[in-house]
Amino acid sequence: MKNKNTPWTGVAILIAFVLMAVALYGALVFSPEEKQLGNTIRILYVHVPSAWIALVAFGIVSLCSVLFLWKRNLKWDTLARSSAEVGLVFTSLALISGSIWARSFWGWWWTWDPRLTSTLILWLIYLAYLMVRSYATEESRGARYAAVVAIIGFVDVPIIYLTTRLWNLAHPPPTVARGALDPIFVWVLMVSLAAFTLLYIILLTRTVEQKNLRREIDQLRQSLK
Amino acid sequence: MSEYLGKVGAIIWKDILSELRTKDIVTSVLVFTVLVLVIFSFAFEPESEVIRLLSGGILWVAFTFAGMLGLSRSMAAETDKGSLQGLLLCPVDRDVIFMGKMAASLLFMLLVEAAAMPIFLILFNLPVFLPSLALVALMATIGFAAIGTIFATIAANTKAREIMLPILFIPVAVPVIIAAVKATGVIISGEPLSTARSWLLIIAAFDAIFLVLSAFLFEFAVEE
Repeated sequence: MKNKNTPWTGVAILIAFVLMAVALYGALVFSPEEKQLGNTIRILYVHVPSAWIALVAFGIVSLCSVLFLWKRNLKWDTLARSSAEVGLVFTSLALISGSIWARSFWGWWWTWDPRLTSTLILWLIYLAYLMVRSYATEESRGARYAAVVAIIGFVDVPIIYLTTRLWNLAHPPPTVARGALDPIFVWVLMVSLAAFTLLYIILLTRTVEQKNLRREIDQLRQSLK
Repeated sequence: MSEYLGKVGAIIWKDILSELRTKDIVTSVLVFTVLVLVIFSFAFEPESEVIRLLSGGILWVAFTFAGMLGLSRSMAAETDKGSLQGLLLCPVDRDVIFMGKMAASLLFMLLVEAAAMPIFLILFNLPVFLPSLALVALMATIGFAAIGTIFATIAANTKAREIMLPILFIPVAVPVIIAAVKATGVIISGEPLSTARSWLLIIAAFDAIFLVLSAFLFEFAVEE
């Protein structure tokens, strides 16, 4: 059995820990109040990175699903499944933090806005992806079904965004891209984004390792029978 | 091309024949749809003005659930009796099987909708003759059948098929449901159909994209 814990894992966890501490300090203490958003901007240092990881993770799920159906290498399926598990957590975080922000800034928890709707549907598709696996009669079938769900979901989410865009628009546009936000806020946000991205990568690799170990155990158990 | 259509037609005919003999899908789904509509008419005052605003949503809630019920029964019949294996052994491509099953489910759903529509219009005191509503129903049902056929195939092979189909189907069907509700609202409020143009375009785009994608992915859903 190979030793899965390379020294890089430890280093990455250390860097992520420091980055996360810096990001938290930046979000809660260092960052001043914003003119319009006031103190609610502190929520966005968690919300924006979570939403970003939600999308990145699903991109990886879909890409790996295509590769799995094409190459039939279990490696891709493990990666897709792990990314979905981690992605579901970050999508939930994005939905919850967004809802808390909306309540404190707009005065309501929820509205049918394109970004909100498509994120909620993305969350449901993540859920469908993971559920179809656990309810499949065989593991290999579950992997195939889940890959089909991921690909359909990947095509569907932009259509949902466009549909609800026609209907309603409440979510503020990305102010960072337009340069409307003071550089100090952008810097804190960037640190937070880096910390979240690193955390995602660490969680993803750990989940993949765990799944590989589980498969190894299963194989050992089979050979003992 | 005509050879392709002939093969698809043979599969559709198989489903029609089995439906004519068992009357398994259309009757039960129709009864279900009417019951849903009746419950809604109990829940809301049919004379009130609000009902006009709500009726589009009510109609599509009923049709969405009815569609899932029909799709699930159509695929369950194939897997339970092992006839899906027979179908897969036919010397045709997988997308021919998909198109055949899809078209047969579409036909059954349209039959149910055609029968339920007058009941809906009467129960909610709406104008009885709304031909443009038929267009919206046709377009949206094609979208339902396209994703519903592949998801019903997947769900039929899982341990909890009754719950699996809605979990897979509803999130993906959201664009069609929203657009169909909005277009129905436009028609019921008596505005010209051109007001609903962008909604119809969304449904059309959804239909085209998912017909192709589902036909392509069907192979991976039935592979043994």
